[in-house]
Amino acid sequence: MAQAKTYNIETIRNDFPILHQQVHNRPLIYFDNAATTQKPQPVIDKVNEIYSLKNSNIHRGVHYLSAQLTEEYENAREKIREFINAPSTKEIIFTSGTTHSINAVAYSFGEKYVEPDDEIIIAELEHHANIVPWQVLCERKNAHVKVVPINDRGEIMMDEYARMLSDNTKIVAINHISNSLGTINDVKEIIELAHAREIPVLVDGAQSIQHQPVDVQDLDCDFFAFSGHKIYGPNGTGVLYGKEKWLEELPPYQTGGEMIHKVTFERTTYNSLPFKFEAGTPNYVGAIGMAEALKYLQSIGLNEIAGYEQELLDYATTRLRDIPGLTIYGTANKKIGVISFLINGIHHYDTGMVLDKMGVAVRTGHHCNEPLMNRFGIEGTVRCSFAMYNTKEEIDHLYDALIKVKELFG
Amino acid sequence: MTVNDKQQEIIDEFALFDDWMDKYNYLIELSKDLSEMDPKEKTEDNLIEGCQSKVWLNAKMDGEKLVFTADSDAIITKGLVALLLRVLSGRKPEEIKNANLYFIDEIGLKENLSPTRSNGLVAMINKIKAYAMAYELKKNP
Repeated sequence: MAQAKTYNIETIRNDFPILHQQVHNRPLIYFDNAATTQKPQPVIDKVNEIYSLKNSNIHRGVHYLSAQLTEEYENAREKIREFINAPSTKEIIFTSGTTHSINAVAYSFGEKYVEPDDEIIIAELEHHANIVPWQVLCERKNAHVKVVPINDRGEIMMDEYARMLSDNTKIVAINHISNSLGTINDVKEIIELAHAREIPVLVDGAQSIQHQPVDVQDLDCDFFAFSGHKIYGPNGTGVLYGKEKWLEELPPYQTGGEMIHKVTFERTTYNSLPFKFEAGTPNYVGAIGMAEALKYLQSIGLNEIAGYEQELLDYATTRLRDIPGLTIYGTANKKIGVISFLINGIHHYDTGMVLDKMGVAVRTGHHCNEPLMNRFGIEGTVRCSFAMYNTKEEIDHLYDALIKVKELFG
Repeated sequence: MTVNDKQQEIIDEFALFDDWMDKYNYLIELSKDLSEMDPKEKTEDNLIEGCQSKVWLNAKMDGEKLVFTADSDAIITKGLVALLLRVLSGRKPEEIKNANLYFIDEIGLKENLSPTRSNGLVAMINKIKAYAMAYELKKNP
């Protein structure tokens, strides 16, 4: 791990060129980080460097550029392995994002193991990306999705979960951190309980990997999915970590070039791990850019980032609670820097439109969590999600902007 | 007044405002003035579901004219709905069908009409036009 350093917010902000601009004649305040994060200069430079000097299709190339970039691509895989402490690079599959990673498991695992009347356990706070692939699988296999409820604070009810695990449970798919509530779920406990019954667990890490250290061996998860663009890396990149024993057994999700060993018109044999799951030309530019983002994060320190973002969350929670009529959805004991809220009687869309005009970028709506919104009896929320480059001053601006919203609509 | 006269009237009104705050304040006023929709008309069939805000739209023929009533759960959207009805409601289906709407662009609220905003307004305009075409077809089958 990187050495602990003092957290220099000015230096960090200077690494993100996009932050230094005005929108609607106001300084941009970017609080939509759970949707996507901005890119630091080293990532932008790396992508630029590849397209300017190094681009070439990787693997199986005999020429200089191809060999050079193949090595960088495989080094990127090694960087990702190290970042999540996976035992082997065979277990690191490059995908286009979390959604792709989850779909791959739902399809491959489902094809191999799921039978009629089997059950798949998810939680009430899942993103649609960790609901729909399992629903589709269950429709195909006549199996059932079981949903673990949450309490009013937005925490998974562990007793209910323990009760739901049964001999019919084939896999548990759970998000590490809720994208709209910020709840940090106790996935370690969830995994332990499942493993006691030899049930594998997929962790949707889309919202966790950028905010705290993740160690897949310590978690002991069977699968871990995340996106590059949410961890300050390029768009259209992602990772599926899977334990080797599973990945060896599962059939490929997509087929084509790269993933084959031998092809005849009669029969095809598959390549070894991890290539068996990487059909077609991979997004090598994105993958190398993502590794660059991880290096950047390590240079600052994941624990330092987590600590700083926690300060932002505490500060913002205190300030927003000061606004009469403001309700925060998601008040779990363990949270990351996400605040979902509504101001009494004011539509989230109206709030978002006015915040936008004041330079504050937030997300409004159901955040791909329709069942969760139903749970709270609301149509949607306004969501502010913080990242390593946000500041308390920006939160003060948000406060002032929300007072303006109240004046306008209250 | 033609559709374009009405559009010009709105453009002139908005020319008085120089910042977004004044425009939004005016939209809020307009939303309050929009004649209330009968709750019985807020049916599933009349609901246009956007990702962000909801719009309800009902159409009735009054003689030769097509009259719309509408509502939205978001105030800004409701203000824009009021403007759309001011331009399009109470006209012959043919006029509505042929209307070329440019005033929202001209008054600087174009972003509200981007299909990705999904506030229901684009779908509302499409539905208004569809009603107009359906009633015209009914008259001249």
